[in-house]
Amino acid sequence: MEQIIFEKSVPGRGEKYLPQLDVPEEDYNISEKREVPPTLPQISELDCMRHYTRLSHLNYGVDTGFYPLGSCTMKYNPKINEEVANLPGFTDIHPYQGEETVQGALQLMSELQSYLKDIAGMDGVTLQPAAGAQGELTGLLLIKAYHQAKGEERRDKIIVPDTSHGTNPASAALCGLKIIQIPSDDKGTVDIEALKQAVGHDTAALMLTNPNTLGLFEENITEIADIVHDAGGLLYYDGANMNAIMGYARPGDMGFDVVHFNLHKTFAAPHGGGGPGAGPVGVKDFLSPFLPVPIIRFDSSKEKYYFDYNRPQSIGRVKAFYGQFSVLVKAYTYMVRMGWDGLKKASEIAVLNANYLMQLLSASYYQPFRGPCKHEFVLSPKNLKSLGIHTLDIAKRLMDYGFHPPTIYFPLIVEEAIMIEPTETESKETLDTFSEALKMIATEAQENPEVLKTAPHSTPVGRLDEVMAARKQILRWLTS
Amino acid sequence: MPYIPHTAEEIQKMLRTIGVNSTDDLFSDIAEEIRLKRALNLPRGLSEKETWDKINGLASKNKHMGKHICFLGAGAYQHYCPKAVKHILSRSEFYTAYTPYQPEISQGTLQTIFEYQTMICELTGMDAANASHYDGATALAEGVSLAIDVTKRKHVLISSLVHPEYRQTVATYLEGKNITLDQIPYQDGLTSKKELEQRMNKNTAAVVMQTPNFFGAIEELSYAAQVAQQTGALLIVCVDPISLGILEAPGNLQADVVVGEGQSLGLPLNFGGPYLGFMAVKNKYVRRLPGRIVGKTQDRLGNEGYVLTLQAREQHIRRERASSNICSNQALCALGAAVYLSLMGPEGIREVGRQCIQKGIYTKKLLSKIPGIKIPFPATTFKEFIVETTEEPQRINEHLWKAGIMGGLDVSGFYPELKNHILLCVTEMRTREDIEKLASVWGDMS
Amino acid sequence: MIPKDLLYTEEHEWLRLQENKVIIGITDFAQKELGDVVFVDLPEVNLVLEANDVLGGVESVKAVSDIYAPCPGRIAAVNEALTDTPDLINEDPYGEGWIVELEIEEAPKNLLSAAEYEEFLNKGE
Repeated sequence: MEQIIFEKSVPGRGEKYLPQLDVPEEDYNISEKREVPPTLPQISELDCMRHYTRLSHLNYGVDTGFYPLGSCTMKYNPKINEEVANLPGFTDIHPYQGEETVQGALQLMSELQSYLKDIAGMDGVTLQPAAGAQGELTGLLLIKAYHQAKGEERRDKIIVPDTSHGTNPASAALCGLKIIQIPSDDKGTVDIEALKQAVGHDTAALMLTNPNTLGLFEENITEIADIVHDAGGLLYYDGANMNAIMGYARPGDMGFDVVHFNLHKTFAAPHGGGGPGAGPVGVKDFLSPFLPVPIIRFDSSKEKYYFDYNRPQSIGRVKAFYGQFSVLVKAYTYMVRMGWDGLKKASEIAVLNANYLMQLLSASYYQPFRGPCKHEFVLSPKNLKSLGIHTLDIAKRLMDYGFHPPTIYFPLIVEEAIMIEPTETESKETLDTFSEALKMIATEAQENPEVLKTAPHSTPVGRLDEVMAARKQILRWLTS
Repeated sequence: MPYIPHTAEEIQKMLRTIGVNSTDDLFSDIAEEIRLKRALNLPRGLSEKETWDKINGLASKNKHMGKHICFLGAGAYQHYCPKAVKHILSRSEFYTAYTPYQPEISQGTLQTIFEYQTMICELTGMDAANASHYDGATALAEGVSLAIDVTKRKHVLISSLVHPEYRQTVATYLEGKNITLDQIPYQDGLTSKKELEQRMNKNTAAVVMQTPNFFGAIEELSYAAQVAQQTGALLIVCVDPISLGILEAPGNLQADVVVGEGQSLGLPLNFGGPYLGFMAVKNKYVRRLPGRIVGKTQDRLGNEGYVLTLQAREQHIRRERASSNICSNQALCALGAAVYLSLMGPEGIREVGRQCIQKGIYTKKLLSKIPGIKIPFPATTFKEFIVETTEEPQRINEHLWKAGIMGGLDVSGFYPELKNHILLCVTEMRTREDIEKLASVWGDMS
Repeated sequence: MIPKDLLYTEEHEWLRLQENKVIIGITDFAQKELGDVVFVDLPEVNLVLEANDVLGGVESVKAVSDIYAPCPGRIAAVNEALTDTPDLINEDPYGEGWIVELEIEEAPKNLLSAAEYEEFLNKGE
């Protein structure tokens, strides 16, 4: 492990990066002035570089190895995207510069809006939301504003299936909407009868991921859409799993009214160790008036892109400025490079990879739902439970084989769930090696369960005591 | 196809393993009626070189601030960033990792966030910080929700000198919570103390102040804290962290929640994002903090390590009863800020602040000599200040732009009563020469 | 472990009725399901509640369980010891691990006896 940077600090050490003050120094009056400077590291640039470089070695990224996190779409992050986003023409522009000085940026955003519209079959797009969860919040506020404008404030219920992402109910609660959770049927998809029971005069919307978090396409999607629409509700599409269907099918054609995109999943922007992402929202025409301000438009008479703030029915803004611009640049670059043909191929191979891996594992792990799956699938190693082996042990043991574990214990409806999303950027050999490792682990579970229970063995630290962390709550470094 | 390694032969082998004839069979569950029967309406894919040329072309259409003299601020600032920061951020072990849910192979991200949390606590004088928010505006909105949650009250007093886009964001976030968002008017470029006192009531959940405020002036926090405490409201302070080498830590002035925009700490302008929202609280509110938090612990052999902790507050466990819906955050931006603060150190942070203040004073002095220009508000300012002119701001900015100068913000868009008022920003980036050029070009107008 | 002298709810709470008061905690089954308790969210004393209001919560690392008021009442006391030692709920769920004392006017209805609760648990498995 690496010593904490504060403990490497030596008073008086450190580089100076600024020139001497070049204007005359004047007295000024501040009543609440800082007397005790903040305790920040005092460290040479070299030691600082070593510190963070060593810390980077304790990490695992897509560039390190296979990262099959279900519902997270950990595909390769192309390097050209990073380079482009670092161009001074993008990094050194100020959000309040005059529109005529940022036409390149506005053109990029405008084209990105139209690409996203077509991919999802929507009519309007806002690029403002900073992440998927904020996209959900935005989409739900749009739905709420729409019902209110129609004088139907009573529509305050959001229906979600029990396989939904945790952000769905959390976002609904944040805008004052109530949740109705409906069960899945034995095929793992929406239970139509339960949905019929749940909809009514109070339905604001159904939130759905399609393919869902089990990796299954909702085959009855048009019937589902009709049920919700007939009850006066709308359909919200959680775009987390869009990587499965690009160019094959569009949420708009399935009957969805609102969509959020996760540019950091489907469109290859990196996850950054937790962020930044970007969560643009697309809507059908009738919801466009409610989109956040501003929207980017093109004035063909003046041949000029501009910000449209004149939207009296807008829900307002969900963050400062226009969105996670450099993430938008990366996603746009990816789309330009891939084109319509490349995006469709990406979905095709993502689905092929998932089905192939699922097939390879079918003999050694219980599969609660049979395929074909889309871009991801779920295993349930409950057959190993009698040996005292849980999903967590398998996940930790995978690290010893050099892999990042899949998403575990989600979706909640599958006992001991392991959720695997290989993505299209992984080669056949990688999938073969990964499946060999998982099979080996299944054998180890029989022959030497202890090696799983105490795994991982090859990582910088072993399993960490989360109970101690939560009870002691050491949330910052303190001088000892 | 780019980024897809499969050969045609491999695809055939894989299809055989699965037991289907073509990949189309894998999409048979998508009904014919909802299939897309045309190509997506995007151009065909390009080679990497063509992609580069196209997007580089778009970038070069923008007039960027590396080539112009920038006096524009208003929530997005040009500061000097040590070149080393970018090198750390471009390490793909950091930027291609996911949220550190598997701590054994994520100690790099986890420890940097722990160090970042410590630095935010040190700067703000608070006890605990979370791992970041989308930006200053959303951090503030979540801070206000925290106060409403803690006090169970329905009235929020917010200074009219909090960044207007932050106030708009707070209003959007409060939609559906049945909360009155009450703006405290300003007086002489500062939040009016009289109005603050008069508007306080027993139902006030929070008093929200920004310092330096939107006009660049430094607010008196201890007064606001005292007023808030009288009725049990929380004091939420929105602060530019780069000022905290010079200004007293809000935590030492009785703030309950400190939030802000961390873009000043080494992040590029980036046309408004991604930036770095931060939030820090006093100990008694730790469990109310939204978002991810890193804590220190041990493995079974006693090795020290870090984990995401207090996760039961979060959406993936608590679902509709979570304190927030936040999931993705701005971890990489937080890493950038941590590296920036490590390199600058306490002395560097103080020096940035000192230069901002002094250069602001010098600019004000030069500009106020120009006929028709007034400095309307007397309060001490940090790196921004308001200038009142007799000319239209747009005319002035067009004139300055011809000389390669990006002028300030016409504030009448946000404050209609302030016609012909410009918000100028002078950071340590501006040399004496830049400032004198501004004054001379501006002076030439009359 | 289901003490005979207590009453139970389907939310896995136990209740000890005493004249105009009721002491509330979570059952041994509930604490085992949760795992190591790391935090107990206690209400303010004197808080007035309606039946089925959430009065607090018990958290483990990966789960959280709400505590509901079985009937209208006023919080008369809370177990302050849980603030520093939440694991009392794991060690002694029916004793040292009690959570709140509620002052009530009428006894709560529809409670389960020890036998009924045991049957309820068996049915769930």
